[in-house]
Amino acid sequence: MHHSVGYHIKKSLIYLFLVILAVTCMIPFLMMMVNATRSGNEILTGFSLIPSTHLKENWDTVFKYFNLFVGMRNSILVGVPATLLGAYFSTLTAYGLAFYNFKGNKLIFTVILVFMMIPGQLSLIGFYQLCSKLKLVNSYIPLILPAIAAPGTVFFLRQYILSSLPKSLIEAARMDGANELFSFHRIVIPIVAPAVATMGIMGFIGNWNNYLLPMILINKKNKMTLPVMMATLRASQDITRNQGATYLSVAISVIPILIVFAVFSKYIISSVSAGAVKE
Amino acid sequence: MANTTRVKQKKSKLTAYNNWGYFFVAPFVIVFLIFSVYPVLRTLYLSFTNLKVTGTPKWIWFDNYKRVLTDKFFWKALGNTMRIWIVNIVLQLGLAFLLMVIFSDVKYKMKGLRVFRIVYYLPNLIAATSIAFLFSTFFMFPYGDFNNMISAVLNIFGKVFQRKDWLGSSDSAGYVIAVIQSWMWFGNSFLMLMAGVQGISKDYFEAAAIDGAGRWTIFTKITLPLIRPILMYVAITSLIGGVQMFDLPYLMISPSTASYGKVQTAMMYLYKFGFTTGTTQTGYASSIAYTMFLIILVASVVEFRLFNRKKED
Repeated sequence: MHHSVGYHIKKSLIYLFLVILAVTCMIPFLMMMVNATRSGNEILTGFSLIPSTHLKENWDTVFKYFNLFVGMRNSILVGVPATLLGAYFSTLTAYGLAFYNFKGNKLIFTVILVFMMIPGQLSLIGFYQLCSKLKLVNSYIPLILPAIAAPGTVFFLRQYILSSLPKSLIEAARMDGANELFSFHRIVIPIVAPAVATMGIMGFIGNWNNYLLPMILINKKNKMTLPVMMATLRASQDITRNQGATYLSVAISVIPILIVFAVFSKYIISSVSAGAVKE
Repeated sequence: MANTTRVKQKKSKLTAYNNWGYFFVAPFVIVFLIFSVYPVLRTLYLSFTNLKVTGTPKWIWFDNYKRVLTDKFFWKALGNTMRIWIVNIVLQLGLAFLLMVIFSDVKYKMKGLRVFRIVYYLPNLIAATSIAFLFSTFFMFPYGDFNNMISAVLNIFGKVFQRKDWLGSSDSAGYVIAVIQSWMWFGNSFLMLMAGVQGISKDYFEAAAIDGAGRWTIFTKITLPLIRPILMYVAITSLIGGVQMFDLPYLMISPSTASYGKVQTAMMYLYKFGFTTGTTQTGYASSIAYTMFLIILVASVVEFRLFNRKKED
């Protein structure tokens, strides 16, 4: 098709807008990495996107105050088991709700729908009280175990199983005398694996970024997850006075997620999109 | 006769299979009752008691709720929350909507959706704690990067820039937080709207094109009505999240800052009574939690009605 000059100008302007918006999304992170290598004084004197040579000093300032790698390790100690438990049990529950006709099935599903709409702050106080009664403050159990019961994940996987798992497959396995749990492990899991992986990645990121709950539950410095540890930055004059060191702390906390995103962006994007069409 | 027994056998076998359902959902149900249902009910119970920090809660009926209704600091905090949220949602949805229009336009046929949507989504992945420190430093007064950048640009035009304490001043702090919030979330909204557009069958567009419908007609008569449920979904989930806004304002503005009174959100107010040493009043905090929930519920219903009324026009 042949287009007028005006068409091409307009189209270029729209692209320009899209590119500017993309730059707005990326530049804070670029700036953060550059500034992590600049000294506090350099940053005070002016904006620049050219890296400097003060990474080592900033690094020393940051790690004199806290060890972010301990925070990372703690976040992994919470995030990995929570994600694995969440993925396995959500699939199990979703399959149970989708394929078995038992009493209470509808009730459980309704409760799941209701709890998806209930904001978290409603349970926060009761949750904390429960944990302190069970002596679980400063323990990772209350951060990991509840992943077994994630209403949103179960809901999403149930819909996915209903639309992608043919009943005949399970019935055929029954004919062959397969145990139900065996069918679940050998037939159901492989088929729903892509959806589970998607939910798992999003679950892990959500967990990794979670702040309020771990902040309330964990107050020992060597047990803090990364965001909770990051938040203690406020108390450190040495770092907050030195912008370079602050930027370096942020950079260290952000880079793992940037790597995860670089590797899994396809899954992440598809899971957000799936969230939209799930109703 | 033989036939009916076989049917019965088959039926009882099916029931046996179905009993496996209990086994499959049992772990979920147990954990859910302990860590979700119990805490929600416990908070409800506590909201009717006078529990401070420890001790035995005493039932005081609706006293806490009466107090919330007349607590002007709570309503101020809720007002702050809503003001920040509204600025945020207008920007966030406006931008997402504009992007959706751009990428679904039949005339310009923009390319690069795959790459752009990844980049636009990026800010949404980063922990709010990291974002908070990134931008507190960026907006630092007087020599943070933002002030430095504006100053440098104005210098080119021979003007002197009066450096501003963006996060410390009452007139700007809320807006800065709202803009950061929409920066974090517009990509997410855009992805959802775009998923809605891509879910629309191509047949509609082709049929419309054959009928000679213009771009505007196609957009208003086909695209818009079909993505309305998603638009509503995005608006309502954003509202639920928005009323609970906490991380950014809590970490970016300290109580000693002049702007604190303008950015203290309802959730920060709840946190003060729920979990801050010295000001803990657990019973009262619980009633704040339930009041916020009721407000969210009412606001969601209103929002839902608004969307559905438009549909009838």
